[in-house]
Formats: sequence, structure tokens, C-alpha cells
Amino acid sequence: MTEKFISIEGIAKRYPGAGGATTTVFENLWLSMARGEFCCVIGHSGCGKTTVLNILAGLDAPSEGAVIVDGQAISGTSLDRAVIFQSHALLPWRTVLGNVAYAVSSKWRRWDRAKVKAHAQTFIDLVGLTGSEHKRPSELSGGMKQRVGIARALSITPKMMLMDEPFSALDALTRGTLQDEVRRICLETGQTAFMITHDVDEAIYLADKIFLMTNGPGAVLAEVVENPLPRDRGRTDLHRHPLYYALRNHIIDFLVMRSKTFAAETPGHDPRNVPVVHIGKPGLTVASGGDDQRQAWIPGSSPGLTA
Amino acid sequence: MTTSSLRLRAGLVSIVLLAAFLGIWHLAVRSTAPVATMSPEYAKLMGLTATQGKSAMPGPFDVGVKLWEHLKRPFYDNGPNDKGLGIQLGYSIARVGAGYLLAVLVAIPLGFLIGMSPLLSQALDPFIQVLKPISPLAWMPLALYTIKDSSISAIFVIFICSIWPMLLNTVFGVASVRKEWINVARTLEVGTIRRAFTVILPAAAPTILTGMRISIGIAWLVIVAAEMLVGGTGIGYFVWNEWNNLSITNVIIAILLIGIVGMLLDQILARFTRMVTFPE
Repeated sequence: MTEKFISIEGIAKRYPGAGGATTTVFENLWLSMARGEFCCVIGHSGCGKTTVLNILAGLDAPSEGAVIVDGQAISGTSLDRAVIFQSHALLPWRTVLGNVAYAVSSKWRRWDRAKVKAHAQTFIDLVGLTGSEHKRPSELSGGMKQRVGIARALSITPKMMLMDEPFSALDALTRGTLQDEVRRICLETGQTAFMITHDVDEAIYLADKIFLMTNGPGAVLAEVVENPLPRDRGRTDLHRHPLYYALRNHIIDFLVMRSKTFAAETPGHDPRNVPVVHIGKPGLTVASGGDDQRQAWIPGSSPGLTA
Repeated sequence: MTTSSLRLRAGLVSIVLLAAFLGIWHLAVRSTAPVATMSPEYAKLMGLTATQGKSAMPGPFDVGVKLWEHLKRPFYDNGPNDKGLGIQLGYSIARVGAGYLLAVLVAIPLGFLIGMSPLLSQALDPFIQVLKPISPLAWMPLALYTIKDSSISAIFVIFICSIWPMLLNTVFGVASVRKEWINVARTLEVGTIRRAFTVILPAAAPTILTGMRISIGIAWLVIVAAEMLVGGTGIGYFVWNEWNNLSITNVIIAILLIGIVGMLLDQILARFTRMVTFPE
């Protein structure tokens, strides 16, 4: 995919530290996504994943660099970019319908009450909460709350969805169901999605591309892993795919070992041309810079890749 | 089942305690002093205390009888020093209401501004810290001198004493609205005014109402003292006037009524607080 729907161009985030020093969470970060792509970011806590997401959402501003969405540099938040919060962030004094309707009426200010309600109801039905419209968030389970969060994000028909560990607070069963729902909805609506997760299996199931980030401070985007599994993958036979374990091992090896030592071991790492890893295919292409800058990839430098 | 029986038992204990209190009160004020013999003219001047050894402190029955008289005619008006208790309480409630409403009108918008602006918050903090601990009655001479109207001065004193809890609670409530709710509004591109009314106000409402509840309690405490100073009308004036008349019975009745009205005002605000409180 050559079209860059979202392009993060050399952003940095610095905080003033003690004694006039500055703490750099990350700097010179380049990253791009195509329209309709589902991308997951994996990295240890403190590598600035949430900051990247907040910058994409417009909730936070980068210290340097720019983010370009659909050909335009972003400044501040936008109804084009919906956020699904980790803590669901529902307004507890509003009902399910009220929470979704709040988003709908924020996007279409001139709509009358009936139209807002009907539109909100469509998305409540979509996430399977029909019948719970008039409940308050306190009456809902964690999974149902997050469904409302998803319905609220989808109801404004955004150009992209930003998800900050949306399922991390849920039990395994609920998480699985919601992953299925999100995958179905994103495939049906062709959503571009950017998701932060700690869960390797979640990333493998959902993502087209997985961004691996090294440990902070001074975190860098180490690799972009292309998901070799077919787009119509199912949860039940996912682990039978011949490349599944190679992919999984590659990510886990990165998280366990290479995320700490990456910066020291890879002195020539070019943040503008992050290596793209194609599991099971010989050769390594370079992201961002285009397909002309192919590099030779030495088998064996990363265990588990040659399955 | 258990809760209803607990309530029943608690109610019973309350009634027993009340009966014990009334009984002890009744026994404590029985005639005890020796009866002095004196000329009838002198006895008339001295009253029952001297002639029959009756305690100067009225018993529960005296108070009950007098209270019944008041309750039968709450709104009579026989001139400046003899008005029904309903009228006196009405004056006090009206003053509290006026001063309190003025304080609401000032404290809540101002609290919103201060809570939303860290600059204003820091700039106004020293003033609030100095003004807050001043006894409201200390403002009275200044109010009387500048306003030159005792009744409006009382309203001003209520205003100044009820503004602080409301202001501080509004500031705190507005400043501590959860960041994620604000972020929801931001990602939905909700404007400042709409955000203030649809996110910050509902989120801060329980804290604001708690401040308003504290304020109404303080205002009702202060009005009695203020009316004792200002005079003319009101339940505070009534207490002082009856003290000057040496009618302890009426003073006790007034104390009882002040307590009941204060409780009702508190309950009204408690109900409003429950209305805006949301479960998380």
C-alpha cells in the first residue's frame, strides 16, 4: 500500500524534568498508515504509546513534528478521529442512549431529537445493546460499558478510530467477543484503526500491521510487522495457520529481549525508514521511504522468523 | 425485613429517649423552693416563683400549652412587639432566602470561572483565604454604615456567610471533573459553553450542591444572631424580645422551632443533592 492516509512525521514528546533537564519520551518518530488499515502498537509501559495516540487524537500536541491525516496537518481534536478510551469514559449521568446521542448531536448540531435518537439507536443495535438503551452506565457490566464506548465512537462515522487498550480491563471471554465485534465492524465499514495493546494475540487477530516500539525513555519505532495471516482469518483456526507461531514468537522475542537492547544493538537504525518485517518471506523491505530502499535481511538475526 | 425492624426499633428507642428527657425535665422544674409569706400586693409583683415556690424554668407542660397557643394563631399581628411565630419565622426565612439566593447567583458562576481558570484560581486564592474565616457578624457595622438599612444589612450578612462554602465547593467540583470526561467532550469538538453545561455542570453538581447544603446551614445559624443585633422582626429578634420579657417558655419554643426549620432547610437541600448525584 503506497497511499499514506495517516502520516506521523518526525514527532517528539519532551517533558521538562527536574533541574532544568528535559525528559524525552520519544523523538523523530515516523509512522504511516493506509486507508482501511488496522494497526496495532505493542510496546512496554512507558514507551509513549498512549502519548502517540493522544497526539493522533489531538488531545496532546507533539513537541516537534506533525501529523498529517488525509492530506491535512491536524491541529487539535476532530470529529473525524474517534477515540475509544481504556476506561470507557462514559458520562455516568446519561443513559446508554444519552451517551451515544451526545456524540451524535455533537456532530450533527442541527438534527432534531428524533433523528439523533434514531441514528444513535442504529449504533446501539450494531454493538448488540438493544434493550439496554435506558440503562445508566453504573447498571452495565464492563463489557457492556465498552460496547457503549464503541457505539459512541462509531456513531459519529469517523475517518479513523483510535483505541487505547480498549479491552485490557475486561475478562478474557468478554474481550474475545468484543474483539470479534470490533473486527467485524471495522471490516464492514472499512474503518482505519489505530490500537494500543499489550496483548500479542489481540494484535495478531486484529491487526494488518503491528508496530513494535522499544522501551522508553527515548523510545523508537523498531519494526513494522506485516501480518501474514489472511484477512478473513477466524478466531478458531487462527493458531493453525503455518505462520502463526513464527509471527507470535517474533513479537514475543522482541518484547522479552530486543525491546531493551534494540537501540544499542542497532546503531544504524533510521527512524524514517523503519524495517518492515514480512514473516515467512525472505527479504526485508523498508517502510516510509518507499519500496526502492530494499535491504538484505540476514536470516537468523531474529529467531522464529524462518518458519 | 431486617431494615424495617431496625427502623422500628430505632424509632422506639427515640420515643423512649424523648419520654425520659421530658420526664426528667418535668421532675427537675417541680416546686421546690420554700413558700414565703408576703403581702398580696408584693406577691403579685413577685409572681408564682415566690408565692408557690414554682421554678422559674417552665416545665414541658407549660411549653406544650404555650406552643399549642402559638400553633393555633401563627400569623396574628398585634403591633411591633407582638407578632405570631409564623410571621417571625417568615421574616427570617425570607431574609435567609434573599441573602442565600444572591450568594448562589454570585458563587456558582464565579466558582465556575475560578475552577476553569488556573490563573484566576491562583490570583483570587489569597483574597478568599482571608475573607473566608471572618465571622459574618463582624461585617455588620460596616454593612449598617454603608447600606444604612438594618434589614438589608441582615441580608448582606447572610450573603457574605453563605457565599464561601458554595464558592469553594464549586471551584473544587469544577476543577476536579475527570479528565476523561473533558477529553470525551474535546474529541467530540464540543464548544466551551456547551461543555460547561453538558459535562462540567453535571459532573460537579453533587459537589456544588454539598456546598449549598453547608451554606444553608450556616445561613440559618447566622440569621438568629444577626436578627438579635438588627432587631425589629424575625425569629432571632423574637428570642431576644422574649428574653427581655423574661418569658423563658417562649424562648424554648423559639429554640425548638429554629431547630425544626433548620432541619427542613437541610432536608430540602439534601433532596436536591440526591437528585443530581449519579452512581459511578
